[in-house]
Amino acid sequence: MGRVVVDVMPKPEILDPQGKAVAGALPRLGFAQFTSVRQGKRFELEVDGDVTPEILAAALAAAETVLSNPVIEDVVRVTAVPVGDAAAAIGSSGPGF
Amino acid sequence: MRVGVVTFPGTLDDRDAARAVRLAGGAAVPLWHADADLHGVDAVILPGGFSYGDYLRAGAISRFAPVMGSIIEAANGGLPVLGVCNGFQILCEAHLLPGSMIKNDQLTFVCREQVLSVENADTAWTRDYTAGQRITVPLKNQDGQFVADEHTLDELEGSGRVVVRYRDWNPNGSRRDIAGITNAAGNVVGLMPHPEHAVEVGYGPDGTNGPRTGTDGLKFFTSLLHSLVG
Repeated sequence: MGRVVVDVMPKPEILDPQGKAVAGALPRLGFAQFTSVRQGKRFELEVDGDVTPEILAAALAAAETVLSNPVIEDVVRVTAVPVGDAAAAIGSSGPGF
Repeated sequence: MRVGVVTFPGTLDDRDAARAVRLAGGAAVPLWHADADLHGVDAVILPGGFSYGDYLRAGAISRFAPVMGSIIEAANGGLPVLGVCNGFQILCEAHLLPGSMIKNDQLTFVCREQVLSVENADTAWTRDYTAGQRITVPLKNQDGQFVADEHTLDELEGSGRVVVRYRDWNPNGSRRDIAGITNAAGNVVGLMPHPEHAVEVGYGPDGTNGPRTGTDGLKFFTSLLHSLVG
C-alpha cells in the first residue's frame, strides 16, 4: 500500500479569513511570536501497491481538478509518503512534484 | 412551463424554489442529483442549502453529480439556469460562471434582509425588473464572499454581467459588492441572496405595505416565464 499527500493552500492574494481568525487567537493563548497564519488543506490518498510516477501524475490531476479550485487555491505539494509514518511527510524527500 | 428544481443531499430550499415557480405561474418539476435525465424541463433552478455539508468546498462535490453533466451541457446550449446561494457556488465550481465564493470576511453566518440593486435587467431571470431597481430579499450564508481576479472582475463589469449588487452594506466582503452574475449569453444566473424567500405576502421580508409583505424576489421567476414564452 502506498500513500500520496496533497497539500492545498489559499492563493497568496486571496484573503484567508480562517487563517486570520487563528492568527487573532494565538496571542490570546500566549503564542505572540506568530505574525501571520494561513490555513490550508491536506489530503492523504492511499493506493494498493507502490506509488508509481503514474499514480503521482493521477494524484496531481485529481488535485488540480477536484481537490483544489484554481480560482482561490494552489496545489503546493503532491508527494509520496511512507504509510504509517505520518511524521515522515514533514520534510519528506520522496518523489513528488 | 416546466421548471426543474434540483435536490442534492443537503439541499434546503428546493421546496421554496418550487413554490416560487408555482406562484409565478409555472410548473415545478423535482429533479434528483443522481438522475442525469432532465425530464424535458424548460429551465433549471439549483437551490440553496449545504449540499454535502459544504465538504471540500461549497458546491465542489455536487458539481460532479450525474444531473450536473446534463445541466452543464444544456446550459451551454442556452437552457435558462438559476443558482441561488449553494446553487451559485455549484455553478462556479462547474465553471458555468467565473469566480468563486470563500468564507464571509467577518467569519460569521449572515442572515438578514438585504437591499440589492438590479444591475442587469436583460437576463432570462431579471427581465421583469428595471435596470437600477432596488429590491430587498433575504440573505443567509456562511461562504458568500465572491472573489475573482481583477481581470475577470473588469470583464464582468465591462460586459454588464454583474446582475445584482449589494447596496447600503456589503454583508460578506464580496469584490465590488457583487451579489450575483451571469454568463455571456445571459441564460445562466447565480446569486447569493434568496429571491425565492420573497415571493408571497406573509412570509417575505418587511415591505412598504407592512411587516413581511415584501415580494421583491418574485420577478426572478416571472422573468423566466416571460423569457420562455418570448
